[in-house]
Amino acid sequence: MEILVCVKRVPDTAENEIEVNKDGTDIERDDLVYSVNEWDNYAAEEAIQIRDNVGGTVTVLSVGGEDAEEVVRREMAMGADQGILLSDEAFTGSDGRGISEIIKAEVEKGKYDLILTGAQADDGAGQIGGMLAALLDWPYASLVNLIEIIDESKIKVGREIAGGNQEMSEIDLPCVLSIQTGINEPRYVGIRGIRKVASMEIPVHGTGDLSLSPDVIGKSGAKVKRLDYFVHDPGEGADILEGSIDEILDKLVEILKTKGGIK
Amino acid sequence: MAQTVFTYILHKDGKIDDTAFELISAAKKILPDAPVIAIAVGSGSELEAACNELSASYPEIWKIDDEALSYPNAEIIRGLLPRIIPQGSIVLVPHEHFGMDLSPGLSIKLDTSFLPDAVDFQGMEDGKLKAIREEYSGQVSTHVLCDIAQGSVITIRPGVFKADESKGESGTVVDKTADALKEGLPGQSRRFLEVVEAEVGDVDITKSEILISVGRGIEDEENLEMVNELAETMGGDVSCSRPIVDAKWMEKSRQVGTSGQTVKPKVYLALGISGSFQHMGGVKGAPYVIAVNKNPKAPIFQQADVGVVADILEFIPMLTDKVKEIKG
Amino acid sequence: MEPALISPATASLFGIPAILFSILIPIVGLGFLVFILRKRLYPLFSAQTDPRTDNVKERLIRTFLYPHHRMPRYLLVSFIHITIMSGFIILTLRWITLPIVGIWDGFVIPGLGGVLGNIYTNVKDLVASLILIMSVFALIRRGVFKPERYAVPSRYGKDRGPETLVVLGLIAGLMILDMLFQGSSVAAQIQKGGQPEMLIPATGIWCAIYLMSDIPLPILQKIHLSAYFIHELFFFSLLCLLPFGRFFHLITALPDLFSMKLNKGTVKPVQWGLSEEEIEGLESFGVKKFQDFTWKHVLDFFSCADCGRCSDQCPANAVGRPLSPRFISIKSRDYCYTAYPITGPSQNGKPLIGNIFEEDEIWSCTTCGACEEECPLLIEYIDKIVDLRRGMVDDGLVPQSLQKPLQALEKRGNPYGMMEKKRADWTQDLPENYEIKILDKKKNNADTLYFVDSITSYDDHIQDIAKSTAKVLNAADIDFGILGPAEKDSGHEVRRFGEEMLFWELRDQNIDAIINSGVQRIVTADPHAYNALKHDYTDIPPVEHISELIDRCIASGKLRLREAEDKEAVYTYHDPCYLGRHNSLYDIPRRVIDAIPGTKRVEMTKCRDRSFCCGGGGLMLYYEPIEEKRMGQIRVEMAKEAGATIIVTACPFCLVNIEDAIKTSGLEGKMEAIDLVQLIEQHLTIDIEQGNQT
Repeated sequence: MEILVCVKRVPDTAENEIEVNKDGTDIERDDLVYSVNEWDNYAAEEAIQIRDNVGGTVTVLSVGGEDAEEVVRREMAMGADQGILLSDEAFTGSDGRGISEIIKAEVEKGKYDLILTGAQADDGAGQIGGMLAALLDWPYASLVNLIEIIDESKIKVGREIAGGNQEMSEIDLPCVLSIQTGINEPRYVGIRGIRKVASMEIPVHGTGDLSLSPDVIGKSGAKVKRLDYFVHDPGEGADILEGSIDEILDKLVEILKTKGGIK
Repeated sequence: MAQTVFTYILHKDGKIDDTAFELISAAKKILPDAPVIAIAVGSGSELEAACNELSASYPEIWKIDDEALSYPNAEIIRGLLPRIIPQGSIVLVPHEHFGMDLSPGLSIKLDTSFLPDAVDFQGMEDGKLKAIREEYSGQVSTHVLCDIAQGSVITIRPGVFKADESKGESGTVVDKTADALKEGLPGQSRRFLEVVEAEVGDVDITKSEILISVGRGIEDEENLEMVNELAETMGGDVSCSRPIVDAKWMEKSRQVGTSGQTVKPKVYLALGISGSFQHMGGVKGAPYVIAVNKNPKAPIFQQADVGVVADILEFIPMLTDKVKEIKG
Repeated sequence: MEPALISPATASLFGIPAILFSILIPIVGLGFLVFILRKRLYPLFSAQTDPRTDNVKERLIRTFLYPHHRMPRYLLVSFIHITIMSGFIILTLRWITLPIVGIWDGFVIPGLGGVLGNIYTNVKDLVASLILIMSVFALIRRGVFKPERYAVPSRYGKDRGPETLVVLGLIAGLMILDMLFQGSSVAAQIQKGGQPEMLIPATGIWCAIYLMSDIPLPILQKIHLSAYFIHELFFFSLLCLLPFGRFFHLITALPDLFSMKLNKGTVKPVQWGLSEEEIEGLESFGVKKFQDFTWKHVLDFFSCADCGRCSDQCPANAVGRPLSPRFISIKSRDYCYTAYPITGPSQNGKPLIGNIFEEDEIWSCTTCGACEEECPLLIEYIDKIVDLRRGMVDDGLVPQSLQKPLQALEKRGNPYGMMEKKRADWTQDLPENYEIKILDKKKNNADTLYFVDSITSYDDHIQDIAKSTAKVLNAADIDFGILGPAEKDSGHEVRRFGEEMLFWELRDQNIDAIINSGVQRIVTADPHAYNALKHDYTDIPPVEHISELIDRCIASGKLRLREAEDKEAVYTYHDPCYLGRHNSLYDIPRRVIDAIPGTKRVEMTKCRDRSFCCGGGGLMLYYEPIEEKRMGQIRVEMAKEAGATIIVTACPFCLVNIEDAIKTSGLEGKMEAIDLVQLIEQHLTIDIEQGNQT
């Protein structure tokens, strides 16, 4: 099976507060470190496991600046067979549709049976998979937490829906799936793994290679534009209980009693 | 501008989802004067019941009724909607698991802009819609401008817009089935099989009146013991946020949130929960929310009625003792 | 004197000259033994290199010293073992003589003719009697009482079978047969009116003679011959049985002890004899298949006597984690014997993880070293565990719970993923008159570097240790500073969790920062950092643990302590693994506590080199083990039993784990935990806030 995995390089924000820079044009990035978007990492692991079971190749693709090469390489260290970087000045400022058009152009150069994306990204909105599928006219399923290969033409997928339930469907190949965390346990990639693939060539494709029309990509093609970043005014918010710990406990228990919080 | 706003209605077992009313408020904020039409897709008496309920809130409801639509398969619906929605319309969809499945592709099929997961709108600027989105788990917000002149698909975060409860309409239901299906049923490449229900745990938290909900702040599986003791003392049940289930410390059936259970307690005590919208999206019925978190900037404090800034590992045993004392 | 009975060398059996049997039995027996041993050597030679021939003198001394003081740690069984073992050494001469006697009638080892021979005979008689008694004891103990320590939990496979009973039976048999062989001859002599040599009364042979005194000569003759040949059969059977199980240590113990690990606290390199550049170029890291072990580690597997002491002391085993060091050896040995069979071709090549070990088994080890400290044969476990982990890391088999902190260590130099610039934020909470220098070569320099490490820098609560350390150093008038954002995690657990190359990165960055700071010495309050800096780092100034510095400053009068406030408090000291077992710092921390006037201190039953691990430090805090109980809870119970109310430790991780355990055991208010440096800071006679001596 020929599998394409779309990954994104995102700032790792788990343990650190994100701050907005002085003029509100961006978040404070100086002290941030970057890694593969968590959901994308699950997608890459899933692709590698499928390949190991049924054969084929896994190609990892990222759209971004030269920095994005680092995440492609990381997924190659994980076990992906090859990587592609889609990078061009003209891509800057693309909206979700623009990114999807760029990826679509690359997809059409190859022959893929299955495209996996992460279900969402910390700085994104979970849109690429669905848009790409629609552009390609391929079937799509989001929030996928189970994949079973039935045969060369169809697979069974589970989607995570409300109440912790799982919606099972059968999908014809080729298709696009967006992957939810927890579908597998991604393997570890250390410095050694990355160094092992350090010399592998990652081709960079730009507007010219992909014969893209400028109407849909970049800033000019974007119909959705981010204006600024700001920290949301917390507004009213909670009534924070103050005082000594005993006073707080007294107040809280009083509230619990009146609101029916103690039976 | 003669744009129509369509709202996509989620419904199950003949009952419509709260978001149906929230989308009305959202629509009014986007284009205050535009007509708002509900689209309900389904089959038979369940769809009938949903449409009846909708007619109190919407002046016009378009329905697509077919056996094949009894389970909402986004792949089929994405094929049907462009056949009936006029070019240039604005389509609002709740940003949850179905909306995420349907919407991005729908925007391509309708050839419109796509604005995902909006939490607020601030009118028009330079002829474009100014909206607010959140990034990095709600740590920062952004203003975005979205070109809606040629139409747009916008997903709306559930629970942030006030539900329109006015019920002052007596809408008409327009059957669009024939238009939608005259070219046959699209989306056959994805076939719904079944829903595998999550295992039901020993406690049904959707029925609990008092929920003591615990999040990442508990740090360790062992520490759940003190939460159990507090819950027992208060006479409530223990629920949790997603990280606790991911760590396999509690069963999936105890998870509150959009990917877990929807709960409607009277009192919701959130312990060490940061308060992502995915979590709070599962807390319905306007309970009294009390948040305890050591991070004073935790988003949960914006949604709680009362907050305590404290380390839950120290606070829980003290609260347990206090409640015991009160109860004698 | 003429022998009263026909000797084996001159008799005939079933009409055949018995001498034929006397020649055949040893030849066949030794032939088999050589054949078996040759096969056993094969996996040793196909294993990895391991240099164990340095410091010959020290190795020799330790070879004969260590087992002696370790064996009696389990007192009862050590009587049995020491008696049989030393008896075997004495009996060696007899066992050499006997086969020869069957061929060469009346053979005596040169020099053992006259008086010396008489003495040897008597000693041997005595020893043989003791061995017989001990093997019967052991048979009863193993066969009837069956101590729990030897049981085989089902998860580790089947019971080893009756090997021990068979071998003990053979040993007892050898003793009895020799007594019958020799005794029948003496009894016949007496019957013929001869005067036997003097015998020690009540020895086995003495009893045998007594019992056989009335047996007619022809029957004595039969006993004499059959005892001899059965003895020979038993003897060579026993020899050939040794290399099949736990009794192989009779042969391998000495070479295994000689090749012991000399430098505690260290971890073996990925591959011996290669530079780090060469190691980086290796196709594969760590132990994935059996032949990836070093020969010494294979020899360890051969030598394991299956005594179960390691697992008896192992905290992971005690809390029900799926790890028992004993079965690391036993399972490996079993696998080795199947993969390298005595007959047929070798078929080694299976990955160890998933076939003989489980991932969780290998991650369960806290590297506390209790097993290694206990093993009378000095078998190594930590290096093997680390090597197996290296293999798992190389294959990406790392639990999700460990992947996040490892990635954070790679990106940010600390497992929390906190920003580098916040590493010195703890200093901001110190009183205003404190200014902690952040060292660089140009402006800020100092004599001493305080190496803080990650948990003490970033953990809200553990930062208190850093603050106390700073105050104590200040009180002792030490010119010190910290590296601040330039400090990275020491990488101690990174290395011990098998992420060698990430460790190198952290180490190299730290070494650069340390050298650049221009300090003369390093002090740390974290035993894991201490062990890393001391054993894993090279070319840096000398490092000591804060307890050593405090001890010295108390002795010199630079630090003065006031009387303990709480007179009711009963202190107990919990030895952190990396201060105690791995670095032998047992007395100094105790001396420091005792230096506070008026403190009452008790010892827990498990203390010093038998200290019970708190649950593990570093990355172990992130690992989610499968366990029934927590190590910390057991430890807190031990402190309670000892009658302590305050557990003093000297390691941030111990403090975290023990404080947690106090909470989860419901002992809050009854038991407290405190770090040594916090305790000292509380008892300084200097008014910290004022900075004045009071």
